[in-house]
This record gives sequence, structure tokens and C-alpha cells, in this order.
Amino acid sequence: MKLLSNLLETIKPHFEEGGKLEKMYPAFDAISSFLFVPAHGSNKGVHIRDGIDLKRTMITVVLAMIPCLIFGIWNTGHQHYLALGEFTEVAAGMMEKMLFGMVKVLPIVAVSYSVGLTIEFIGAIIKKEQVNEGFLVSGMLIPLVMPVDVPLWMVGIATIFAVIIGKEVFGGTGMNILNPALTARAFLFFAYPTKMSGDFVWVNTATDNNQPLVDGYSGATPLAQAIENGDKITSVAGQPISFMDMFMGYIPGSVGETSTVACLIGAAILLITGIGSWRVMLSVFVGGYVMAFIFNTFSLNPFMSVPPLSQLVMGGFAFGAVFMATDPVTATQTNTGKFIYGFLIGFLAIMIRVFNPAYPEGMMLAILFMNVMAPLIDHYVVQANINRRLKRLKTA
Amino acid sequence: MSTSVKIKRGLNIRLKGQAEKVYAEIPASETVAIKPTDFVGVRMRPTVKVGDEVLAGSKIAFDKDNEKVKFTSPTSGEVVEIKRGDKRKILEIKILADKEIRYAPFKKSNPDDLSREEIINQLLESGIWPLIIQRPFDIIANPDDNPKAIFISAFDSAPLAPDNDFILHGHGDEFQTGLNAIAKLTEGKVHLNVSANTPASKVFTNSKNVQINTFTGPHPAGNVGVQIHHIDPINKGEIVWHLTPQDVLIVGRLFSEGRYNASRVVALTGSEVSKGKYYKTLIGASIKNMVTDNVKEGSLRYISGNVLTGTQISSDGYLGFYDTQITAIPEVENPEFLGWIAPGFDKFSISRTFFTWLMAGKEYRLNSSLNGEKRAYVVTGEYERVLPMDIHPTHLIKSIMIGDVEQMENLGIYEVAEEDFALCEFVCTSKIDVQALIREGIETVQREC
Repeated sequence: MKLLSNLLETIKPHFEEGGKLEKMYPAFDAISSFLFVPAHGSNKGVHIRDGIDLKRTMITVVLAMIPCLIFGIWNTGHQHYLALGEFTEVAAGMMEKMLFGMVKVLPIVAVSYSVGLTIEFIGAIIKKEQVNEGFLVSGMLIPLVMPVDVPLWMVGIATIFAVIIGKEVFGGTGMNILNPALTARAFLFFAYPTKMSGDFVWVNTATDNNQPLVDGYSGATPLAQAIENGDKITSVAGQPISFMDMFMGYIPGSVGETSTVACLIGAAILLITGIGSWRVMLSVFVGGYVMAFIFNTFSLNPFMSVPPLSQLVMGGFAFGAVFMATDPVTATQTNTGKFIYGFLIGFLAIMIRVFNPAYPEGMMLAILFMNVMAPLIDHYVVQANINRRLKRLKTA
Repeated sequence: MSTSVKIKRGLNIRLKGQAEKVYAEIPASETVAIKPTDFVGVRMRPTVKVGDEVLAGSKIAFDKDNEKVKFTSPTSGEVVEIKRGDKRKILEIKILADKEIRYAPFKKSNPDDLSREEIINQLLESGIWPLIIQRPFDIIANPDDNPKAIFISAFDSAPLAPDNDFILHGHGDEFQTGLNAIAKLTEGKVHLNVSANTPASKVFTNSKNVQINTFTGPHPAGNVGVQIHHIDPINKGEIVWHLTPQDVLIVGRLFSEGRYNASRVVALTGSEVSKGKYYKTLIGASIKNMVTDNVKEGSLRYISGNVLTGTQISSDGYLGFYDTQITAIPEVENPEFLGWIAPGFDKFSISRTFFTWLMAGKEYRLNSSLNGEKRAYVVTGEYERVLPMDIHPTHLIKSIMIGDVEQMENLGIYEVAEEDFALCEFVCTSKIDVQALIREGIETVQREC
């Protein structure tokens, strides 16, 4: 450790003003402050500070996503072997499934992080600013909302688009209007729809020696099936899927989104640490339930007849509620606003997925839409405060 | 009629080093200093030269923008130094104190028999006036104004704050005389706000001529700004004055003793203090005699005031004009390896990202580390947790950042001062200097109005 800090001290002069690598200072600074929290003292205002900083906040969110990542890796393998008719039991072939999943998923993670961080570093060097930690979270979110068969170059392009158009043009971390990870997904969704939706992208069915797929194979996600069949959903092997299976996440879908359980573990981490907003999370689920309940009451088509709770465990609803809607930069900032924002996300997500079969993943669109609306909600909440103050002046 | 208010939002930072409730004996401070930097926004012009003899209560300076406001010496002796900094800005007017304080005479009288003007004049002449602070802006009150109310917070809820019940014990008469004088300054009410967390001292509960209100809850329940907000909020164009219980004692003694008796009881606190006790000293006294041989090893930071709002001073620096507390904490020295992921068994956080949240009741030895680096705003909702006012803190700060005066007014800039936002600054993940911004906003509004 001492060695490391001495090493940093020795190479530091090269990056400082007048040094050979002066322009690279933001990169050096990012790495050295990543290794060592600098001994900056508070020099004005309060003399002591809360232990938390943005790095720790972001790392906590990344840790909260790890259950989703691990489950996603396993499920990638599980769905693959299910399609082949091997290891059809959930508990069977753990090692094979994990291994297969890792080979498929980890490259996506690697591409997302390396492309994104490269852009962040270049951006910081150009702007002569410190590298912000925001991408630590986006870099993990992006792979988790991709279908497993997405080509890696697409992940790269989507990441470039998300970081530059979604974030940097607005001024970087803290200034963006849209959630960068969802921007990446939306970009691919509209630019390369064949790779992002339909029945053939969610399960990897490629095999080494062209084994046949199981009889009755269908790679459709529960959301796609619900349009025709309501809650009579089947697995890739044609077996019926119960509510519990969907809750646990043994279903096709984007890498990290399928397991409501894993999302709830993440939610627990975010809520216990106080990093995620319980106001947003709770109201997303409430909003989704209310809309689903209304639909279920009328049951005019098969999708509407899906029980409300099933709606909440299908697709990316839970993942979006826990990790996407709670992004503090793109959500509303006032506490009252958070309830409204969350509720409308849940409400709209269910509405979009039921009424517009072209967009089964209503969660993504609902969140992006509410990202845009968030400042408007805040405006009215703040205006109410201003009016209270003005009224007080009049009555006084 | 009295109001009880329950404060729910806020934060008590549990620090090591509470002062023991006994008085320690130390030799009187050899030098005493008045620091113009203690008075926000005041351009001070000294009226004494090095070598001049002064009495306790004789004028040594005045405010260039309001010549009625005078500053006097807290002790008698010889002016030995007028210390200047950059651009010849005055930093300290230093006085070598006599062994026995000689006082400038003021009229001894019962405030009940005096008119408002007479009381104001005596306070101005004796140099006690600067103890009276006004909201909005949190600056020295203007003697020409007519405040709608006067507030006295009887308790200090800041980290390691001194206990006013202990300090005022046995000073009921002076306190009441002071209150009688203060009550004449307003046509409205004088609010004396006591804590209901613990039973308040009889000195406070038996006070007359005031409305006694009770407050419960965590810091900043004791901040006068929070109390004003809940009892009689300030609207545009309104003025409220406030002062602290020890200031009321000084006012009381001016009328009962007929002199400027600048005695102050100060608590010596902080994790690095060996024996933290209470000291009877003077406004502007040197802390040297208190901290010599009474602090632990290592690089230390001495603060006149508390860790949230105090001013950094040196080990032979001087007590601030308004301060009743000295705090010593360790200075940050070494960078921390992978500090953003370390379990942090010595870190305090309002979030529960450190395992210390499981250790209820643990007292912390916190150093001056920023614990990170400055960033853009990312996390929301933090400030709201520690600001018990009907104010949107982040939006107010942002309106200050862009210099939008109208929006600052709308969002309540008249009701706030730096100290109310000190906890916001403490909890800020992005390490924004919130208090400095609030002052910047106040100054912008002052200029524009």
C-alpha cells in the first residue's frame, strides 16, 4: 500500500503542470483518487463531513445489482439448456449453466465498461475536469437490460450513444435528462429492432453440433405471450410457467431483468443503505398495481386479464422500478414529486405494454417519458411551496 | 400562550468529547482580540492606535456603513497590535489585558424605567449592540429598525454544544433584567424557546415578559432560524432579531452593574481534548491557557464554535465574538486506500453505507477529512432529511448558483442563514460548500434590494 502511494507520488510530476503528460492529468487523478481517497480537508464551512462520497454511492448501487447479474448469468445458461432439453430441472447443471452464462454475459459487461469509461476519460481530458463516477452504474445497467444475443458491436455503439448524446452533451454526470442506460437500450430498440425484440433474441440457441431444439420450442417472453394468451404462459420448452417461476425469474428476457427476487434483494440493499429512494420504488409498484388492477377488472383482452401481481413480476417492471426509476439525476428531486413520478411510471408502464403490442417493454418507455416530465412535476411542487409563502405574506 | 413544536427532521452527530459540567480554573488570558471577520458584512474602521489605553467598554472601532454601531473592548489594557491581512484587511485588534479589569462607566438603571431609545443608546454605546442579530440576512441588527419579534433560543443543539442550563444556573436575576431590556425593543413578542428533550432550567421556565415555547427533536431544533420558521416565519419586508442566553446576561449586567461585563462561559470540547470542561473567560479571550497541556498528540484543528459552523483558529487564537464553545478535532493527514469501499468502522454517515450504522450509540472521533471530492449534484433528498423547514433546499441552492434573485426570494432566502444549512453541507454526497453558497445568495439579495 505504501509502495503504491509512493509510486503514485513518483509519477505524479509528469502529469502536473509543465509535465510531459500534463494533458492526461484527469486520467491520472481519476486513477489515484480511485486507489486513495485523497486527504483533502474541509477548508470552509463545516469542519467534518459525512463519510459518504459519490464513489461509495455508485459502488453501493453496483453491489445492489450483483444479485441480478449473477442470476442473469445463470438464467442465460438455464434458458439455453432448457431450449436444448438438457438440465431441465432448475437445480440441475448449475456449473454448466453458470459457465455458459459467463461466456455470454461477461463480454457484454466488458464492452459496456471499457467503451463507456474510455469515453468518460477522453471527455474529462478534453474538458479538463475530474472523471465522474456516474458511469460505474450505467456500465453495469447497460448489459443487464440487453438481450443475451445482442452483438457486442451494438453494445459498443449503444454505449457511445448513451454517454455522448444521453449525458455528455447536457454537461455530464448530474446534468442529464434521460437515464443513460435506458437511452442505450432505446437507441438499439429503435435502430436495430430485430435484435432487440421479437421471439428469437432472448435465448441463445446456438450449439456446437447442431443439436435439435426441444419440441414446441418458443423463445417468446411472457410479455409477448400474454398478448395472445393472458396469464397462460409457457416456458421455452412449452411447459406452463407459474407465478412463482416468473417471480424467481426462470423466464426468457433481458439478461438481468427477469428475476424479481434478485431485484428485490437489490432493492433491500438500496433501501437499507438509504441510497435508493423508497418513495419512488414504492410508488412505481403501487402505480403498476393500480393500472393492472383496473385492466384486470375490465379484462377486455387476454393481456388485460393478467392478474395484477403477475404483471409486476413480468418483464423488466421490477428491475426498472428498483434500478432505473430511482436514478436520482433523472427522477424528480422533490419528495412529493417522487411519489407522483413513481406512480405515473408504474401506471404508464402497464398501460403501454397492454395497449401497444409493438412495445411489450412498456417500462423502458414509461421511465424515459417520465424522465422528460420530471422537471415539470418538480416545477409544480416547488410552485406550490412558493404559493404557500406568498399566501402567508398576504394573510400576515 | 406558548407553542410546542416537534422537529422530526435533523441529525445528531454523536461526537466524542462532551465537556464535563464543572468549571475549570485557568489564569486569565493575557491578550484579548476583537476580530472584524466575526461580523459578517461589516466594514470595520478602528478608532484606536497601537499604544492607546482602553477600558472595558470603550470604543475601539465602528461600522463604516452604520456609524451608530460601535465595537468596544471587552477588557481594559493597551492596544498592542492591529493585525492586517491581504489588501490591508483588519484581522485582529489585539489588547494586552490588565490584571484587574477597569470598566468604562455606564448608567446603572432598571430597564423598566427606560424608554426604547435610551435602552438602544446604552446598548450601542457600550458595544453590546452587535450581539443582537437580525433575520433576514443574519447580520448585526440595524438600530433604526422595528423588529416584529425577538427570538432567544435557550438551547444549543449543535454537536458537543455547551449546556445553557448549566451555564445560566444561578443567574436568574441578570437574565430577567436582560429580558426586560430586550422586551422593550419590540412591539411584538419576545420568544424564549426551550428544549423539551430534557427538563429546562428554572432560569428559563420562570422567566417573565416572554413567551416560552418548547421544541423537541434533533439538531437543528436549537437553531433560532428553525424556531422562527415554525413560530413566526419571516416574510419579505419583515425583520426579526435574535440573541443567545449568554448575550442576554451581558445585556442584563449592563443595566444592573452599569458596565460592559463581557464574561463568557465557554465549553472546551472535541475528541482531542484531554479534559473538556467549562471555562469562565471573556469575549475575544485567547484559548491558549485552555488548550495548553490539555490536548492529545498529533496535528489538530482548533475551532472557535462547533464543528458545523465554527471558525478555524490557531492554538493561541482568539474566541469568536459570538462563540461559546471551543472544539478540537484531528486534522486529516493520510490518504485512505480504497476508502470508497472500505468498511469504515470509524466513519459516520447519515446513509447506512458504513457498518457503523449498526453500532447504535457509538461516539465518533471524526477528523477534518472531506471524505471524497467535490462533484456535481447527483443524489437528491439528502438535504430534506436534515432541514426541518418548509423550504426546498436544493432548488434554493440552485437558484443561488444561477443568481436568480426573484426565485431566491420565492424559495425563502429571507428565512435562512448559513447555520441552518450546515447539516446539509455535512451530509452532502457531492461535497458542495452549501454554507458559502447561502451567504453568497444572501449577499446577492442584499445588493439587489
